Amino acid sequence: MGTEIIRVENISFGYGRVNVLDNVSTSIIDGDFLGIVGPNGSGKSTLLRIFLGLIKPQKGTVRVFDTDIEKFDQWGKIGYIPQKATSFNQGFPATVEEVVSANLYPIVGLAGRIKKAHKEKVDEALRTVGMLEKKKSIIGRLSGGQQQRVFIAKALVSAPRVIFMDEPTVGIDRNSEESFYELMKSLNRERGITLVMVTHDIGAIDKRVNRVLCLSEGKLYEHDCAVSQASDIFKEAYGKRDSWTITHRH
Amino acid sequence: MFELFNYGFMQRAFAAGLLVAVICPLIGTFVVMRRLSMIGDTLSHASLAGIAAGMLGGLYPLWGALLFSLIAAIGIEKLRKRFSQYAELSISIVLSASIGLAVVLISLANSFNADLMSYLFGSIIAVNALDIYIILGLSIIILVSVGLFYKEFFYMAFDEEGAELAGMPVSGLNVYFTVLTAMTIVVSMRVVGMMMVSSLMVVPVACSLLISKSFKNTIFLSVIFALISVVIGLFSSYWLDLAPGGSIVLTSIFILIAVLAVKRIFRMQ
Ligand SMILES: Nc1ncnc2c1ncn2[C@@H]1O[C@H](COP(=O)(O)OP(=O)(O)OP(=O)(O)O)[C@@H](O)[C@H]1O
Ligand SMILES: [Mg+2]
Repeated sequence: MGTEIIRVENISFGYGRVNVLDNVSTSIIDGDFLGIVGPNGSGKSTLLRIFLGLIKPQKGTVRVFDTDIEKFDQWGKIGYIPQKATSFNQGFPATVEEVVSANLYPIVGLAGRIKKAHKEKVDEALRTVGMLEKKKSIIGRLSGGQQQRVFIAKALVSAPRVIFMDEPTVGIDRNSEESFYELMKSLNRERGITLVMVTHDIGAIDKRVNRVLCLSEGKLYEHDCAVSQASDIFKEAYGKRDSWTITHRH
Repeated sequence: MFELFNYGFMQRAFAAGLLVAVICPLIGTFVVMRRLSMIGDTLSHASLAGIAAGMLGGLYPLWGALLFSLIAAIGIEKLRKRFSQYAELSISIVLSASIGLAVVLISLANSFNADLMSYLFGSIIAVNALDIYIILGLSIIILVSVGLFYKEFFYMAFDEEGAELAGMPVSGLNVYFTVLTAMTIVVSMRVVGMMMVSSLMVVPVACSLLISKSFKNTIFLSVIFALISVVIGLFSSYWLDLAPGGSIVLTSIFILIAVLAVKRIFRMQ
C-alpha cells in the first residue's frame, strides 16, 4: 500500500435540498489509475469537485496529501481537467504556449517572473503530449482532441502528483482515444502520476485502470479489479439500476 | 502645422490622450475577454454620479469620480459572487443604481452646466495641471499593477476556476482588477468624456482581435490602434473644432471598418 493522496470520510453533499452524496468514504492511493463511473447525475463531477476543494461537503472530512484540505496549499501537486475543458471561449486569442504557461503559477507564485527554465518546462509538457509544434497556434483554432492534449500539458506543467479528469474522452475519435490512453499509461507507469478519471465508457477503461469506483444513488461502491467480468453488469446498470445494485457484491 | 503644440492646453491634452491610449486598451483587453464589456459604461456612470457629488459637496470632481467608481467596482464584485451564474446581471444592477444616483445628484446640484458637459463629452481645454498629475499618477499605478500581475490576470480571464485551483487568491485579485478598471475610467474621462470611455476600452480591442496572433499581441495591437485614434482624433478636433472624445472614438470605429475591409480583401484573394 502506497501513501494516500486523497482521503474522504463520511462525506455527504447536496445542492440545496437535492442530496447527491450520502455518507461516502474512500481514498486514492499513490500510483492509482482510478476510474469513476455511474449514471448521469449520479454525482461524479460533484465528487471530483469535492476532492479538489472547489465545493465543501456539508458533512465529513477531506484530506489531501495527509493535510486537511482547508490547510492544503500545494496546489501545483494537483492537476484538473474539467468536464467542459474545451468549452472555453473559442475566440480567446491565446496561444497554446500562453495557455500552458498560465499553470506555471503554482511554481512561480504571485507576481513571480516566468524565467527561461520555466519556459523549458512548458516545452517539455507540450513535447510529452505531442503538441510542441503547435506551440504558437491560437488554442481556439485546434481540434477538440488537440485542445484536450493542450489541457493535459497545462496540468503537467506544474509537475502534479495526481491528475483529475472529468470525461476526457468525450467527443474524441477512436484513434485519438487510443493515443490518449497510451499517454495516460505512460504518465501513470513511467512518471508515477496518479490518475483519476470520470467516464461513461466502461468498455474503454476496462483493463486500463486498476480500480473502479461506481456512484449510484448517493452511494459509492468499489471494485478492486479491472471491470472486465463486471462490465456487462455495469452496462445493464445504466438501464436497470435495481438489478445492478443487487448483482454487485458491495 | 504643429503650432498647436505651442499651446499649453494642447500639450496637456496630448499627454493625457497618449496615456489614455495606452491604459484603456490594456485594461480593456482583459475586460473584453472576461465578457464584461459593459463594466466600462457602468463605472463611468458611477463616475458621473461622483462628479455631481463632488460639485455638490465642493470636492474636486475627479476625486469624486474616483471615489464613486471604486465603490461601484467593489459593489460589482460583491454582487458577482451572489449571482455567480450571471456575471452581467451584477453589472446591470450597479449601472441602474449609478444612473439613478447621477440623475438625482445632478438635479440636486443644479449643475447641468458647461463644466459637467466637459466631463460628459471630454474637452481639450478643460485638462488642467492638477488633472495631468492625477492622470499620470493613476496611469503609473495601472501600468505597474498589470506589469506585476499580468500572468494572474491572464489566467483569470482564460479560466477563473483553473486559476483558483492553481492556488491564486482569485477574489482579492478580482477586486483589485475592478479597482484598476475604475481608475482607468477616471483617467480617461477628462479626454474622451464619460460617455465614450468604454468605447476606447472596447473598440481598439475588437480591431486587434481580428488580426492578433496571441494574447500579448492582442494587447500590443490594441494599444497601437488606440494611439492612432487618439492622435488623429485630437488633431482633427483641434483643426475642425470637433469634440475630442467623439473624434477619437469615431476614428477608432473607422479603423475597425478598415481592418474588417482589409481582412475581407485578403480572404477573397
Ligand atoms: N450547480 C448545481 N446546482 C444544483 N444542482 C446541481 C449542480 N450541479 C449538479 N447538480 C445536481 O447534482 C447531481 C449530480 O450532478 P453531477 O454533475 O455531479 O453528476 P455527474 O455524475 O457528473 O453527471 P454526468 O454524467 O451527467 O456528468 C445532479 O442531479 C445535478 O442535477
Ligand atoms: Mg459530470
